[in-house]
Order: sequence, then structure tokens, then C-alpha cells
Amino acid sequence: MTTTAPSIAPDAAMIEKVARDVVTAHPPRDVPLTELMGAWYDAGLTWVHFPEGLGGLRAPRSLQPVANRVMREAGGPEPRTVNTIGYGIVAGTIRRYASPEQASRLLRPLATGEEKWCQLFSEPSAGSDLAGLATRAVQETGDAVTPGGGDWIVNGQKVWTSLAHTSRWAVLLARTDPDVPKHKGLTYFILDMTTPGVEVRPLRQLTGRAQFNEVFLDNVRIPDAQRFGAVGEGWIVANSTLGDERTSLGDRVPARGSGVIADALALWQAHPERHTPVLRERLTRLWIRAETHRLTSDRTRVAAATQATAGPGSAVTKLVGSELTQHVYEFCMELLGPAGTLIDTYSPDAPDDESGPTAIQRKYLRSRATTLEGGTSEIQRNVIGERVLKLPQEPRADKKIPWRDVPR
Amino acid sequence: MTQEFEFTDELAELRTMVRDFCAEVSPESTVRETMITDTGSDSALWRRLAAELGVLGLAVPEAYGGEGAGLVYQAVVVEELGAALVCGPVLGTVCLAMPALAALSDAAVRADYLPALAKGERVATLAVPTHGGTFSPDRVTVTATPAESGWTLSGALAQVPDGTTADLLLVAARTGSGVALFAVEGDTEGVARTALSTLDLTRRQADIVLHDVAARRVADESECPSVCERALLVASALLAVEQVGGAQRMLDATVAHVRDRLQFGRPIGSFQAVKHRCADMLVSLEQARSVAYHAVWALEDGTDDARLAVSLARAVASESYLWISTSAIQLHGGLGFTWEGSPHLYLKRATTDALLLGTAGEHIEHVAARTVDLASAAD
Repeated sequence: MTTTAPSIAPDAAMIEKVARDVVTAHPPRDVPLTELMGAWYDAGLTWVHFPEGLGGLRAPRSLQPVANRVMREAGGPEPRTVNTIGYGIVAGTIRRYASPEQASRLLRPLATGEEKWCQLFSEPSAGSDLAGLATRAVQETGDAVTPGGGDWIVNGQKVWTSLAHTSRWAVLLARTDPDVPKHKGLTYFILDMTTPGVEVRPLRQLTGRAQFNEVFLDNVRIPDAQRFGAVGEGWIVANSTLGDERTSLGDRVPARGSGVIADALALWQAHPERHTPVLRERLTRLWIRAETHRLTSDRTRVAAATQATAGPGSAVTKLVGSELTQHVYEFCMELLGPAGTLIDTYSPDAPDDESGPTAIQRKYLRSRATTLEGGTSEIQRNVIGERVLKLPQEPRADKKIPWRDVPR
Repeated sequence: MTQEFEFTDELAELRTMVRDFCAEVSPESTVRETMITDTGSDSALWRRLAAELGVLGLAVPEAYGGEGAGLVYQAVVVEELGAALVCGPVLGTVCLAMPALAALSDAAVRADYLPALAKGERVATLAVPTHGGTFSPDRVTVTATPAESGWTLSGALAQVPDGTTADLLLVAARTGSGVALFAVEGDTEGVARTALSTLDLTRRQADIVLHDVAARRVADESECPSVCERALLVASALLAVEQVGGAQRMLDATVAHVRDRLQFGRPIGSFQAVKHRCADMLVSLEQARSVAYHAVWALEDGTDDARLAVSLARAVASESYLWISTSAIQLHGGLGFTWEGSPHLYLKRATTDALLLGTAGEHIEHVAARTVDLASAAD
């Protein structure tokens, strides 16, 4: 493994040069993806703010877009798409909580996409109220072989798990103490999805596709070495994961007129026969919202990189972006008129949302998830109200009583 | 020059300084006293802003008595003056007249007028007809006639911002060969002003009639349109940040109120219906802040289509300020509908701002022409 070790503090020019060297030596269009992304990782470009040897260069996080731009211009992938959950959501938690040996074992195949990751957090009765989850992990007594503590035996059911059917690894939040209030009795693990007792069942969505899964855990054995953070402190670790989930979105600020609004503009251009003043105003207002959202994302990124205290950024951009997506596709359907009533397929393995004659219709249906996934809009508004504006918290009947006694 | 959206320590200190000054010298009680005076303006306060803080001429080059710090600095000041509803000729002098004078090619004219404005010794305004926030030379009705030394102007000017107090009027007038820009001393014989009763008592206007008034031509027919257009763009961008300042103040006041106000045994801010509206107010404010700052940076750095950036800012900021100030009234309950409550002061400023230099609808139209219509034209 070769690691570029800069003798000076990394700056944009240096990142750009390192990135150009990688895409020159490994032309993205010619070499296998895993080779390209492996070289990218070894050069410290996967997460530039990570330590050397772990996919980074200890550079300011604000320089990540410089590296990603070079990759994009060379015809390579947006790095996150190689391992959607692993790249933006799990990697930071591994860096903070895994042992150095674990981190170097896990991060490189994560970065190359050879080992995909999923997130076993939500449960059928614990979505927005994530801390109310019921999956149990019980530790076997330690012995001479495992002096630090025995294996954990996990039983329960998870849901809404994106990519579980293709994942090698999962992060798992489980209840280890039902006799304390719900936030205090959780512990965080990483789980090898090939472990006996892990069953993944695809879950069909209203789009017809099966993109998410239910995951059943039946006496699944997890070594104690795969515990992140202390027993009972899983909520703290989970919050660091969720924080990365929000922050990682700031690494990519799209160009003006790109993203979902590009779909609306292209559709508008393709259907001059359906232009009306009312639709023109609606499209203009959506363009304004998209551009305003883009500028806010950019301002949030600059603030995160240059200011000591983070602004209200991530919850605001999450809320605005997801509602914008829905409104753009609602507009698109109205622009389509009667043609919008058609859809080419409800096949569970339909092609990705990006293609096909009725891609707009499928994106419209898919967009209903944007205000649910990653925290509902209602929860985002609570977060903004309570954490940003410091308004009084919702009264919580279950906050101080043992989880075992919470009505459910 | 800073990168877009990067607020340096210096900018943060400037903001704090102006905010503290306004809190001390122009608290709401002072605003309420000043707004019911004849002129609705506090000239002593204005001179202190210049003399003690030096913040009126931040965008004016040092050679003309300013600080040469640039538009981003000036925007921070206007945002804070707007947050405090400071009663002074912000719109006429800082937003309109100074950018117009600074855009003139004639250095002697700049040197004659700008230093006194930057020092707060005189106030000025720009009186040119506009349509949708852009300069509209077709609507110029004032006529300019060559005189022995200079020109004389005759005609009527409607709804001139800060027209009651302006010592210097910059007036567009029709000559034999087009429309040129003229400087008129406010105390010249033949200038008749009628103070107007304005919705927003803190932002006054006047109708002005000019009758054979001596004037100096400061921009000829070829230069006048670009000078006026530049001034209106700068004024619009500054007005957008002023809207952000006022909206922020209303959000702060509302959050403080719903945190303290108890009903049903709980602070009303703990109810989701109230909390979520406050969250939406913050979201709306953050969107307005982004586009307003972008417009200012874009004008300073020349990094975007200026009309697009400015109209985007005004469309969003106008609707945001109006919605946040009406939300403030709603969430203050009955108190929000009283003269004693502060929200009505901001509702009136928000309403006025949203109707000056182009309405939200007119700015949306400018954006449509530069975005959606281009997508159609590409067929």
C-alpha cells in the first residue's frame, strides 16, 4: 500500500495534484472500479480529513470537493455512490470508535466498494423514536478464551434497511439493558452480515421496487470486539453516525440548474405544447427554491469550514431539499398531464429511477420517501425548534422510566 | 476580498459594533419617538453613525471620503440598521444616492458630493422612474433646459424616498437628446416638497415639484442609464439584506415570546404547532440570507448575472420578511395586533420594502426571463 505523505499542510492545489496523479495512473474509464477506488484510498483522497493510512491526508474537510471534482472530470464516480451507506455514514464512526487494526481492516474495502455497508437502526415500532428500539443483545459470560467479555447474542427485527441484501457489514444498535430509560440501555455493534441467524427479506415499496429490506436477527452471535463504544452508550455512538449522515451531504454542492430542477427544466423544454403562464410561474418559483437551496448548502459548507460554531445548516438543508424534491416532481406530473397517468413497470427489480420512458413518474413516486427517510420532516422541524432555536422540548412521558415499563 | 459567504472576524466585529450602537442609541423606544416627529428621521443619530462609527461610506472609495471596504461591509451595516429600524435616510443616501454617485465617470462630481454624504453631514436621494425595480427612462417626465450656467429642471417627482430630508436630489430629466442625470441642491429656489403619510412611519417619502430649478448635469444621456441601473441593483441588494436583518429580529422576538408565554401549563413554544412554525420561520430566513448575501457578493465580485442574483434575492427576501413578520404577529397572539407590540413596526417595514424597487412578483418575472424562458427558447 502506498500512501502519499505530504511534507506541508495540504491545500487545494496539493489535493488537486494528488488526485490528478491518481486518475492519470488509473484512468477511471479503463480500470476496474475497485482498482481505481483502492488507489484513491491509498492516496488519501477518499476522506481527505481522515488520517494518513486510513483514506485521508489530515486535510481540511472543505477540500473534499476539490478531489471529487477531479474524479468527476476524469469520468469517475461520485465516491459516495460506490458504497452509499458506508462512505458518508459509517466511515466516520469506524474512524472514531474502531481499534486501529479494525479501522485499517474495514475502511479500504469499504472505500473500494468490495464490502458494502448497511445500517440496522430502525425497527417496525421505532422509526422516528429510534431510541425506543426493542432488538435485544445479551452478553454471554466471559471466560478464559474471551477475557474482555463474551460474545453477544442478538435477537430482533430491523426494517427500512437500504442495501441489506448486498451488504457484507452492518452497524447495529441494540438494547442491552431494558431496566434503564430508553436512551441509556443501548449499545452499538458492527455485524458481519454473513453470520448465521441473519435473514434479509426484501420489502416492496409503493414504487413497486424492492430497495429496502426487513432484517431478522435470530440468535446472532457478535464478538465483543465488534462493540463500538461502552456498553450502554450506544446512543452517543449512534448520534455521531447520524451527525455524519447529515454533514456528509454538504460535501457536494451541485451546479446551478442541476439536480432535481434539471428534470423539471428538461421536461418544460420538451413539452412546449403544455406551457401555460400558471405553470411558468410555478416552474420559476421552483427554480428559485432550488437555487436558494443550492446557495444555502454552499453557505453551510463555507460556515462549517471557516467558522468555529456550526450554523443551523444540516437540519435546514435536509428539510428544504426533501420537500423541494417532492414539489419538483409534483410539478412535473402536472406538466405531463394525462401522460403522467402511465407507468412502464411496477416490477420489483425495475431499472434504477434514472432511466426509462416514465422515469419522471417513478421519481415522483420515489420522492414521497424523501420526507420520511433520514428523519421525517416533522422530526427535522423539532430538531430545528429545539436544538437551533432552543425552544422547550416536547414533553416526553418515557424519558425517565425504564424502557421495560414504557407503554408500547 | 473574502470568498463568498466567508464572514471574517473583521466583518463579525463590524456587525457587533453596529448592533451594540443601535441597541444603545436607537432602541425601540427611540424609534417610536422619532417615527412620530415631522421628518421621521434622527439627524443627530445619522451624524454619529458617520462620525463615531464611520459606517456610512464603507463602499465609497477612500479618495472620496469613504472607507473603501466594499459592498459586503456596507451590507452588514444596512442589515443591522434594518434590524433595529433605525430612522434615517438609509434607503435614499446609502442604498441609492451613494452607489449612483460612485458609478459616475466624472471624478470631480464624485469628489464634490460623496465626502459630505460619507461623513453624514448631508443626506441625498435618487429620484428616477422605475418599473419592476429597473430604470425606466421612458417614464421620465421632468424636463431639462439648458441655461446660462448649467441647466434648469421642471416637473414632478412622485414618492421620493427620504425626499423630505434630502439635501441633494439626483434627478433623471429629459433633455433634447435623451435622458440625463442631474444634481439638484435641495434648498434651491423652486423646489417644493410635500411630505407623504407613509404606511411605515420609519421610512418616509415625499412628492417633489421642481419649477425652473437650477441643476448640474452629472451624467450625460449615454451614461445615465448604466449609472441608474447600477445604483438600483446595489440598492436592491442592500434592501435584501435589510429585509434579512428585520426578519432575523422578528424571529428572535417571536422565539423569546413563545419560550416565555405559558398557556395550558406549558410554554407555548413546546407545542408542535407553534414550534414548527418557528422552525419554518428559521428555514425561510436562512434561505433569504443565502440569496441576499449572494447578491451582495455577486455585485462586488462580478461573479454572476447581476440582475438575476439581485432579483432572486429580492423575490425570496421580500416574501420571507413578509411571512416572518406576519407569523410574528400570529405567534404573539393578541399582543401582536397592538400598537405597543413590536411586530407591527416590522410588518410595516416588510410591506414597504416588498413594494419598493420591484415587488416580489416583478422580480420573479425577471428570474423567469433569465431561466425558464431561456430553457424554452433553446428548443
